[in-house]
Amino acid sequence: MGGTGSQLSKELLSEYQELTFLTKQEILLAYKKFAELLLKEERSRILSVRIPKAKILTLPELKANPFQHRICHVFSTSEYQDDSMSFEDFLDMLSVFSDSATPEIKSHYAFRIFDFDDDGALDSHDLEKLVNCLTGEAEGTKLSESEMDQLIQNILEESDIDKDGTINLSEFQHVISRSPDFVSSFKIVL
Amino acid sequence: MAREARDRSPMHPRDTFLRPGPSSKPSSLESDEDNNDVFLPDGIGPQPQASSFLKELPSYRTIQRRRSSNQGTRERLLRSHFVRSSYGGSRQAFLDERADDSQPLREYAISIQQKRKIRDIQNAQAKQTGWDQWKEYWKSWKKLTDDTKELLYTMKLWRKDVRSIEGKFGSGVQSYFLFLRFLVLLNFVMFVLMFGFVTLPIAISRYNVFNSSHVDSFTSDIDPVCTKYKVAVQGLGYFHNYIIDLLSGTGFLEWTYLFYGYYKVEAINFKDHNYNIPLAYLLVTLAYLLLSLLWIVKRSMEGFKQSLVSDEDRFQSYCNKIFAGWDFCITDESAAALKHSSLQYELKTDLEEERIRQKIAERTRTETCHIYLLRIFLNVIVIVVLAVSFYCIYKVSVFSQEFNSKLLRQTSLLHLLVEYLPSIVITIANFITPIIFKIIVNFEDYTPAFEIRCTLMRCVFVRLASIGVLLITLWTQITSCDHQTCSLCGYNYKHYPCWESRVGQEMYKLMMFDFIIIAAVTIFVEFPRKLLVRHCSFKLIQLWGQQTFEIPQNVLEIVYGQTICWIGTFYSPLLPAIATVKYFIIFYIKKIGLMQNCTPSPKPFRASSSNFFFLLVLLIGLVLACIPVGIGIAYIQSSKACGPFIAFKTSWSIIAYTVNGLPPGFQEFYRGITSEAFAVPFFVLTCLVMFYFIALAGAHKRVLMQLRKQLAVEGRDKLFLIRKLADVQASVSKISTNQLKTSQTLQLLHPQSLQADVHV
Repeated sequence: MGGTGSQLSKELLSEYQELTFLTKQEILLAYKKFAELLLKEERSRILSVRIPKAKILTLPELKANPFQHRICHVFSTSEYQDDSMSFEDFLDMLSVFSDSATPEIKSHYAFRIFDFDDDGALDSHDLEKLVNCLTGEAEGTKLSESEMDQLIQNILEESDIDKDGTINLSEFQHVISRSPDFVSSFKIVL
Repeated sequence: MAREARDRSPMHPRDTFLRPGPSSKPSSLESDEDNNDVFLPDGIGPQPQASSFLKELPSYRTIQRRRSSNQGTRERLLRSHFVRSSYGGSRQAFLDERADDSQPLREYAISIQQKRKIRDIQNAQAKQTGWDQWKEYWKSWKKLTDDTKELLYTMKLWRKDVRSIEGKFGSGVQSYFLFLRFLVLLNFVMFVLMFGFVTLPIAISRYNVFNSSHVDSFTSDIDPVCTKYKVAVQGLGYFHNYIIDLLSGTGFLEWTYLFYGYYKVEAINFKDHNYNIPLAYLLVTLAYLLLSLLWIVKRSMEGFKQSLVSDEDRFQSYCNKIFAGWDFCITDESAAALKHSSLQYELKTDLEEERIRQKIAERTRTETCHIYLLRIFLNVIVIVVLAVSFYCIYKVSVFSQEFNSKLLRQTSLLHLLVEYLPSIVITIANFITPIIFKIIVNFEDYTPAFEIRCTLMRCVFVRLASIGVLLITLWTQITSCDHQTCSLCGYNYKHYPCWESRVGQEMYKLMMFDFIIIAAVTIFVEFPRKLLVRHCSFKLIQLWGQQTFEIPQNVLEIVYGQTICWIGTFYSPLLPAIATVKYFIIFYIKKIGLMQNCTPSPKPFRASSSNFFFLLVLLIGLVLACIPVGIGIAYIQSSKACGPFIAFKTSWSIIAYTVNGLPPGFQEFYRGITSEAFAVPFFVLTCLVMFYFIALAGAHKRVLMQLRKQLAVEGRDKLFLIRKLADVQASVSKISTNQLKTSQTLQLLHPQSLQADVHV
């Protein structure tokens, strides 16, 4: 365990500090956690290995998160579309969710996480899936149909400025900028 | 619905302008009079021609470029090909454009690999001028500030504890503990101020360090009977004497640095300088009150801005709950399950509240009258309850004071009980009245959010006003005397030779009792409750349920303690130190109590509004604390037997005395500021400035509404024009195809003759 910490070179460390919002401690901690997920023989080439989604989702920070699949999908840069994450993807994710990330970055990625069908806009189906994620997927926890409709109507009324029935990125960012809880809840700290 | 339209046209980008509205009707395209039909109706997908116009709009190109920057090297199979083809060119253009930007790299919403590429481009393009040196300095300066911030962050008190609480109970409970941490810091700073400027110089002079000597305060122009002050110190005979003295601040504690009376020093002489103790004492009092005010206001700025902007909590509450609803810090499975159910509960309650609101709006006149009468009646009951509790506190305080003065000090538990009787009654009142208020508010038929706020405000009032009643009792006791004895010294010198120390003792007792109660409740009530509920299966006990962490009540408790500290510091300079230690220990008690005994509450408490609420209540406490301190300083004559203000009529008169000793310029300035000629215009000016800003805020809100409406109208106009254009193009192409068809058929029929005419 002590050996893995020294494998991250100083230049790489300062580069990551420059390119992300993470502090040195946080990067080293992320390195340690990422190394723990790998098999022993993969640890030497930690920077080039990709961890499959199932393993990433065993992290305690993501295990209990209803948006775990979306988070992996959004931050993964894998060419095979299998939502596997490299160490740099992992750092990207932690950077966006860190304390010092700007609200613009957070709202940008939040929009992409909430956009379940990846079409660049949040329509009523995206919103319905979002609400179901929030209230839990079990049968007894979902809202009734009429309540869901009322809720989605209210949301669109509050945020859809050009009244086209969907929320695009700028409308979303506008609504988030006036949301007082967003920055404090959109946070993952290892 | 919308899905069919989308599926029918897989080639087209998911663009906002072509999405059919969810409430649009399937009417024909030709009805232009009705604006609602501008939106494409269901079942008819976007026309190929319309979408091609959309691609050419400048605003669409901007969205396109921004989107391509987000994808980077990711190839989305869902994207249509022409969007993908625009990636190659625009991505390079984006990279080129970004290379010249001075925004920090990390603020781009792209992956690390992309950022690396941009940085390499930036470095390659960097001009080799002297500007580079400054860039290097700037970079290393930024690195230094980042490292210092990191260091300060790791040094923050209780960082790990707070984070573990956040993970298990959410950010609402966490904000309570952050508030506690803030109070520890505040009290520590107050203690440092008081100690550094008042206690330390006196201590130094008492031990003759630095060749200092002190001059005891005395006055010659007053009746000597006022200056008699004998502290009843019994020898440390019995152990329980010791404990009683420790708990009530009497006996051996009375003539110590703890209380005002011991500071009987006029001035301290260092080598060439004179240190004016009374002035320092008064100025430090004003300083710590002002410092607390500024610090609290600064901390509450964020929350206040948000609540001003959001225009009461109904506005945008749904978006806030949905988009910022999930607390990403939660790591525990059971906590996540609880969060799910609490979110569901919250959403259901909000939707229900909206329905109730609609119902209220539809109330008939008789019903409204009925409700208002009921509310007035219930408020009268509330006032009666308050009056009863305040009267009880008053009676008990009078009894306690008289008992103390009549009987000599007895070494019995009865004596201790009577000493603590006001505290006990206040605690009982603070325990019973919230229960009564909760029951009453159920009948008043308010919306749920208003109910909570109403109950909370009433509880705040009871807590803070009970201290006020105690102090009023004390004042009346101090300044009321029979047989005109007050005119001699200005206060009741028989029973209160050193009244400031007595007030200090009362505050000390309140603080000790508060601390004992908090510890006792956690250990003797919550812990057995947890054991009972877990192991005993009586229906009644199960109904009682597990303890949940009630945030508002806990906050009121510590605000109550802090108000006592603010009032008491003038009369007991070491009280902030006791408060610091007390809150320090309370943090651990509460944390252990939380982790061991409590389950997370299903009813959530928002983090943002809670921060503002805590600081608002604290501010109310501060304002209420300033009143007794002000009265004590400025109106009641300072006691002539103890303390630094013996030579002055009231504690405040030292200011006038000092000003008279300053050069004439300063005196004129001071007189000018405190005169009415200055104060009234200043007040009027402040009011004007405030009205101006209120009007400005209102105007901005109106402009915002108008712009939003305009934006919606512009969107509709654009869509209308595009459809018109598409129609025109469609009809033109139809005509040309028709023409082509007719010419072809003609050609078939008469191939030779019409060959020349075919070419258009």
